[in-house]
Amino acid sequence: MTTKPPPEPEQPATAARAVDLTKVYGSGETRVIALDGVSVDFPRGRFTAIMGPSGSGKSTLMHCMAALDEATSGTVVVGDVDLTGLGDRDLTRLRRDRVGFVFQAYNLVPTLTARENITLPLDIAGRRPDPTWFDHVVSILGLGDRLDHKPSELSGGQQQRVACARALVSRPEIVFADEPTGNLDSHSSAEVLSFLRRSVREYGQTVVMVTHDPVAASYADRVLFLADGRIVDEMAGPTAEAVLERMKHFDQASEVA
Amino acid sequence: MVRAALKSLLARKLRLLLSGFAVVLGVAFVAGSLIFTDTLERSFEQIFDQTTPDVVVRPASTSAAAGSFTGADARTVPGDLVATLERVPGVARADGNVSSQGVYVVGTNGRVVGAGGAPGIAVNWNDAPAADGTQAVTVVEGRVPERAGEVAIDLKTAASAGYGVGDTVPLVSTGEQPQLSAELVGTVRFGSTGNLVGATLTVFETGAAQDLFLGGAEAFTDVAVTTEDDVGAAEVAESVAAVLPDGIEARVGEDVAEENQTAVQEGLGFFNTFLLVFAAVALVVGTFLILNTFTILVAQRTRELALFRALGASRRQVTGAVLLEALVTGVLAATTGLVLGFGLAQGLKALFGTIGLDLGQAGLVLRPQTALAAYVVGVVVTLIAAYVPARHAARVPPVAAMRDDVSVPTASLHRRSVTGAALIALGALGMALGLAGTGSGSTPALLVGLGVLGVFLGTAVLAPVIGPPVVRVLAAPYPRWFGSTGRLARENAQRNPRRTAATASALMIGLALVTAMSVLGASTSDSIDRLVDDGLEADYVVSNAVQVPFSTSVARDLAAVDGVDEVAAYRVGFGQVGGQDTFLAAFDSGPMLRAVTVEPATGDLDTLGDGTVLLSDDRAAVEGLAVGDTLELTLPAGTQELEVAGTFATNQFIGAPVVVSPETLEEGGVAPADNLVYVTRSPDADPEAVTAGLEEALTGLPTVTLKDQDAFAAEQRAPVNQLLAIVYALLGLAIVIAALGIVNTLALSVIERTREVGLLRAVGMSRRQLRTMVRLEAVVIAVLGALLGVALGLVFGISLQRALAGQGIEILSVPWGQLFLFLVAAGLVGVLAAVWPARRAARLDVLRAITTE
Repeated sequence: MTTKPPPEPEQPATAARAVDLTKVYGSGETRVIALDGVSVDFPRGRFTAIMGPSGSGKSTLMHCMAALDEATSGTVVVGDVDLTGLGDRDLTRLRRDRVGFVFQAYNLVPTLTARENITLPLDIAGRRPDPTWFDHVVSILGLGDRLDHKPSELSGGQQQRVACARALVSRPEIVFADEPTGNLDSHSSAEVLSFLRRSVREYGQTVVMVTHDPVAASYADRVLFLADGRIVDEMAGPTAEAVLERMKHFDQASEVA
Repeated sequence: MVRAALKSLLARKLRLLLSGFAVVLGVAFVAGSLIFTDTLERSFEQIFDQTTPDVVVRPASTSAAAGSFTGADARTVPGDLVATLERVPGVARADGNVSSQGVYVVGTNGRVVGAGGAPGIAVNWNDAPAADGTQAVTVVEGRVPERAGEVAIDLKTAASAGYGVGDTVPLVSTGEQPQLSAELVGTVRFGSTGNLVGATLTVFETGAAQDLFLGGAEAFTDVAVTTEDDVGAAEVAESVAAVLPDGIEARVGEDVAEENQTAVQEGLGFFNTFLLVFAAVALVVGTFLILNTFTILVAQRTRELALFRALGASRRQVTGAVLLEALVTGVLAATTGLVLGFGLAQGLKALFGTIGLDLGQAGLVLRPQTALAAYVVGVVVTLIAAYVPARHAARVPPVAAMRDDVSVPTASLHRRSVTGAALIALGALGMALGLAGTGSGSTPALLVGLGVLGVFLGTAVLAPVIGPPVVRVLAAPYPRWFGSTGRLARENAQRNPRRTAATASALMIGLALVTAMSVLGASTSDSIDRLVDDGLEADYVVSNAVQVPFSTSVARDLAAVDGVDEVAAYRVGFGQVGGQDTFLAAFDSGPMLRAVTVEPATGDLDTLGDGTVLLSDDRAAVEGLAVGDTLELTLPAGTQELEVAGTFATNQFIGAPVVVSPETLEEGGVAPADNLVYVTRSPDADPEAVTAGLEEALTGLPTVTLKDQDAFAAEQRAPVNQLLAIVYALLGLAIVIAALGIVNTLALSVIERTREVGLLRAVGMSRRQLRTMVRLEAVVIAVLGALLGVALGLVFGISLQRALAGQGIEILSVPWGQLFLFLVAAGLVGVLAAVWPARRAARLDVLRAITTE
């Protein structure tokens, strides 16, 4: 049996993009520039990794792209929606309908079963899951016999796979993953990353992942390197070794600076 | 979303239980008092239905509110009227009734059966059916009394008095013959259930009853008319009315029953209000508990709520989810409260049974309105309390799902200060207006109640501002006494001023009310002592604690005792002035004014006699009357015009605003019976001999006791202390709820600080030290609440005393020792409340505590 990938929406070619994005926290002495005029495109159907040392602004970039946080200036476009000046209601709807999340700490609701966690975004939106797609996602993630378990009854890897299923079940425009393997052992990490890559290759999903693990980054099609709130480099078709090499370079540079 | 909310609720059953408990208690109180008063009303309704015939022929009532005169009406209808009535078309039969409400059975133990002011009903035997066709009194054992010297008693009274058929039964009466005895020839059952609501029933032969209660006149108290089956009562009442002499009326039985029922409902309404006030207190305190619980639940679930927001839940959905939890909590709590209310009503029934208001086997009455009230109260209170935290929950930013350092934004303390101060000011204004007696009817009481509520809420809102400095002072010695444990406890108590303050506020309310009541109680007791010291000239008082009237022959017998200089008899009654029910006192002014001190205002109080009246100066001002003017006083027999002979300063011994002579009261159709007799010794008489002589004159009259001045003061203080005990017990409930609030807050704080507790344990704090730390925090919270409460209570108590100074509470007395005990007790409450959270903190697994998120 073959399951058809979700219908590819026609254009635009980028799933999300940022233009001259700046984010400033605090003021006066405590003023911190987290993002300093970042412009970036996330092409549709691609797996992009964002790397950088702590405090480089990679999480802030993702929060702003995902409509979780508001930029100080600049433009964010998700799909064909310009986020600039949108109110809470529209931002909420955008997150609900177009964005999927995978968090480092899984962030499953402890009182709900795996199945209920997966369908939570659809429940919130008041929609019913597409049963074929749901079954498919669940089966490729190997969660079939775990659906009625509570998060506390699942291993870390299983919990993160539930989180992946939750992000994909509503077929969002773009999935943001924030250090998805940060809490996992290498075996579970590989499972989760393979799945994210598969969702891009086979179903045309767009995935943006923040990570500081070169091995994780090597699963992506492209790696962006951030330092001090700016994009300083990028690499296509990364391997773990090449990324590590590049990172060492940044570490030295920042130590010198 | 709905499912997520409900599941989250179920996962926190314990917290649900704690916060729900307050609502449960409040609702139980509301439901319990409603069920109980409904049950009482139903019992009375049954009695009225079972005793009221199709048509009642009786001396004409002077007003529509005939219920006010029940009992004391001494007028009769002529005996030959019965035969006249039987000839009226549509009348099946007519039976003359003779009844009295002052005949009590003296038990084998020498004590009067039934107490608490319930009437001792005596009737003549007849088998006339009530409007519902049943016979009011049926013989169970033995036979009907057939001649003088025979009596039948209701089953329950016979059982509790310890008499069987054939025994000789001593009786006391308010009639001309204070003591009599009769042979028990039968036992009877009243109605179908035998339920007399605490009253006792004695049945006499008609002639004997006329001799005993109507001075031997061939007359009846009223006549029961039974209609032919096919004729309506209203129709018969009309045809009967045509043959009646002046001053006698015919009324449809149903109307009379309804009037009596309305009068009973009015009486019970006061009682109902009393209980509902405590329900309101419990609910207000409960509101704080729920508010705090939900605030903490929201704070703990910040991450989860942020996740909902990140996944696309709108603010409204988040608020809705929290309110839904509150709704479910409210419904569950209301249901439990309703069930508990049944238990409470049953308990009240048992309690009233022990003080004489025996409801027997009467089943509890649950009206749909009661269930509705329980649910509305439970759900509305919970929703109101959860609303603020629910709004708060919606402000959680979605990005909090990914960061640890995001806290929910809170309003500034400045706005709080302004709101709190405004509420207190409004509350104080309401209290002041209410205490000054602004408005009419129940408006002043309502103003005071709302004012008190405003002050409470204002103080609670302000508490986070005034709390921290107080906490700092209270906990200042902790580091010296308990070292670093004490320091940590002190800091913890200051860590979340809002939460500490809200928790303390719940305790504050209970203690404020307890303090106010104790100030009022101490002031009342001291005022009574002063009153008796200064105002009572007589050496003895003869009366009973519940003011049941007794025969006028008692005063005559006492006057005849050797060494007695003078006796003054005092009686009370009800009349109407200008359509309003008025409390009346009646006495012979000469002896009375020598027995007690009364300050005359105008006129000559000594000249009170037939055709004159004395007024309190307040009442005279209200009526706009001065000495020489005429007052129209309506008594059962009709309206009399009385000349105002004098006015007096409001006086507790007189106890009524309108005073007439005993003759005026009797002419007005009120049966003669005294409520109190003052006895003064001759100056040269031997006190002990006189006391012995008086005691002897009263033997066989268990309805009255002889008291000297000290004993009289003690008897007057007793109800104050009893009332205080009841009020304390009821307010204890509010304090229990507040203590639960402390348990709740501490337990949740411990959960929140799991990581920190683990760290403290890891670096070497012992379990004992950890428990001490939690306990110390609890004590500070409790004592903070108690201090605020005692301070507010003093203000309330002193204001109340000032407002009531004119009504007998002249002396302000603050029971400082007692107030100090309250503070100590509050500290103990804190220690107790900390037991469970402290144990929980101490039991945490160190490693897991550190690694927990």
